[in-house]
Amino acid sequence: MAILHTVNKSPFERNALDSCLTFAAPGAAVLLIEDGVYGALRDTAVAERVAAAMDRVRLYVLGPDLKARGFGDERIMAGVQVVDYGGFVDLAAEHDKVQAWL
Amino acid sequence: MSEVVKKFLYLNRKAPYGTIYAWESLEVVLIGAAFDQEVSLLFVDDGVYQLTKSQDTVGIGMKNFSPTYRTLGDYEVKSIYVDRASLAARGLTQDDLVEVAWEDWESGEEKDNIVEVVDAARATELMEESDVIFSF
Amino acid sequence: MPIDVNGKSLETDEEGYLANINEWEPEVAVVMAKEDDLALTDEHWDIINFLREYYDEYQIAPAVRVLTKAVGKKMGKDKGNSKYLYGLFPYGPAKQACRYAGLPKPTGCV
Repeated sequence: MAILHTVNKSPFERNALDSCLTFAAPGAAVLLIEDGVYGALRDTAVAERVAAAMDRVRLYVLGPDLKARGFGDERIMAGVQVVDYGGFVDLAAEHDKVQAWL
Repeated sequence: MSEVVKKFLYLNRKAPYGTIYAWESLEVVLIGAAFDQEVSLLFVDDGVYQLTKSQDTVGIGMKNFSPTYRTLGDYEVKSIYVDRASLAARGLTQDDLVEVAWEDWESGEEKDNIVEVVDAARATELMEESDVIFSF
Repeated sequence: MPIDVNGKSLETDEEGYLANINEWEPEVAVVMAKEDDLALTDEHWDIINFLREYYDEYQIAPAVRVLTKAVGKKMGKDKGNSKYLYGLFPYGPAKQACRYAGLPKPTGCV
């Protein structure tokens, strides 16, 4: 089974998301958490890069972290799936490894 | 009251919640209000995320300090500037940001919103003009 | 040290501020005031309620000068001054009234 990657840094401040998307294998899952959730938003400077990666990897974003930062589901890019903490646990259980991009 | 009024500029470049910088900066602004100086805030890079509306931190179990920005007008903060390019890079506009009212209690002068989006050139000027810059 | 309010034991910090703001009820203020040998009047309650509304809206306890200004704006100049507020709360209007209101210690107070 594929790897679940987590990214918790803002894509505008660190290159964690960029590296993750570069190295993630086709079929991998990428979950954006904490400040990483900004990478899931529409119309940003990294949106094109993220959209392109969705051909190969599945993208998820943690809802509570998104909400804390003032963004509703309508602000995220098409194709990104919002999960809650239970969904985070499910993703971790479904994949055989979790790779955290810190 | 001190005779020499200095221009203080707080430069905020970090997103809230992921790190402690945003909250620390806000606390210093609140405490610093007692010094009767001319205080401005400048939000650049991920710092612009501090001002987004509708923040709701119940789900992450952290204190939501975004409402506190709205009281900064009562804490001697005269101006709040936001870098235009930083907003654009994040798909944000001024409509996404909180409004901060300001009122001079002596003169009764009022402003509905002191949050102002500025170009990089103006941001540069603000840094040049200030006597002290606190960087977070 | 915990305080006893309506048969419940509520946790406070070392300076007597309520540990959990959500545990506040009006009786908290009464119990705290009694310990300071103070009987709460309507004038005290005006300030306590004002502080709770302020916290609800801005998520901070106001500094004393902000409290003074805000009270003046809302309740008139005869109440928005240090003399009046210190008369009600001799240990300091921000500190003492915030404590009664269940708020944390005002930011910037020492």
